Amino acid sequence: MRITCPLCGTRDRREFTWQGDALAIHRPARDAGPEAWDNYIHLRENPAGKTRDLWYHDPCGTWAVAERDTVTHAVHSTTLVTEVPR
Amino acid sequence: MVKLIARTPLDGLTPVTIGTVTVTEVTLDPMTMIAPFKNQLAKVDALLKAGDGVGFPAPNRMESSDGVRILWAGQGRALLIGADAPAGLRGLAALTDQADASACAQISGAGAVDALARLVPVDLRLSHFPVGQTARTFVNHMAASVTRTAPDAFEVMVMRSMGQTLIHELTEAMTNIAARNA
Ligand SMILES: [Zn+2]
Repeated sequence: MRITCPLCGTRDRREFTWQGDALAIHRPARDAGPEAWDNYIHLRENPAGKTRDLWYHDPCGTWAVAERDTVTHAVHSTTLVTEVPR
Repeated sequence: MVKLIARTPLDGLTPVTIGTVTVTEVTLDPMTMIAPFKNQLAKVDALLKAGDGVGFPAPNRMESSDGVRILWAGQGRALLIGADAPAGLRGLAALTDQADASACAQISGAGAVDALARLVPVDLRLSHFPVGQTARTFVNHMAASVTRTAPDAFEVMVMRSMGQTLIHELTEAMTNIAARNA
């Protein structure tokens, strides 16, 4: 599997660390209520197909959101976390 | 008072020549990590150009001018080597003295690229990785900065504590390449 670091270019998967669902960067407001916070902290989808997750490019320190497919292992796109609308 | 003798990170480990490939130490002093604060990149770039002749580098690039070099070192960071950071940068960027933090080896000669290609998971062919190109990547399992300084020469920088491992990895790859060419 190869992943494109938005800064370094396409690299081998061994250079990256998986950092969980991209949901993590969409933190609810402080007063969003227990249900929103419960969802944010504990509930994750487990899709067979398209998914969005966070990857850390270890040698350069860049965080990216990757849109990829858990069935085909295709990586459709990567975006700098700092450029994802929040 | 005790007199301490400063030792360079690769002291006693280099130079090494195997076949046509040579590894020597590169001392990096002074070396400063420059990380511009939010929205200050343009000002930092202009001050660097005025002070040291090199601007803040684009990702994967090294710029050099008159013995001063600046190396992209990850998102929002660059390493200025061979000159002090202009005084005006204070307040616009985080500045960290890194002179003693890294070990840096030059690997050069015919076949240097083949030895390095055994360790680095990046396409190092000249057409894809020209002079002045730098990559944050791995040397085997070790995070490293790899920069092409000439068609047949690279500089490889790792954490100082990993210097001995770096020389071990490089000499092993060089030995393999030399045996293959024998
Ligand atoms: Zn990267």
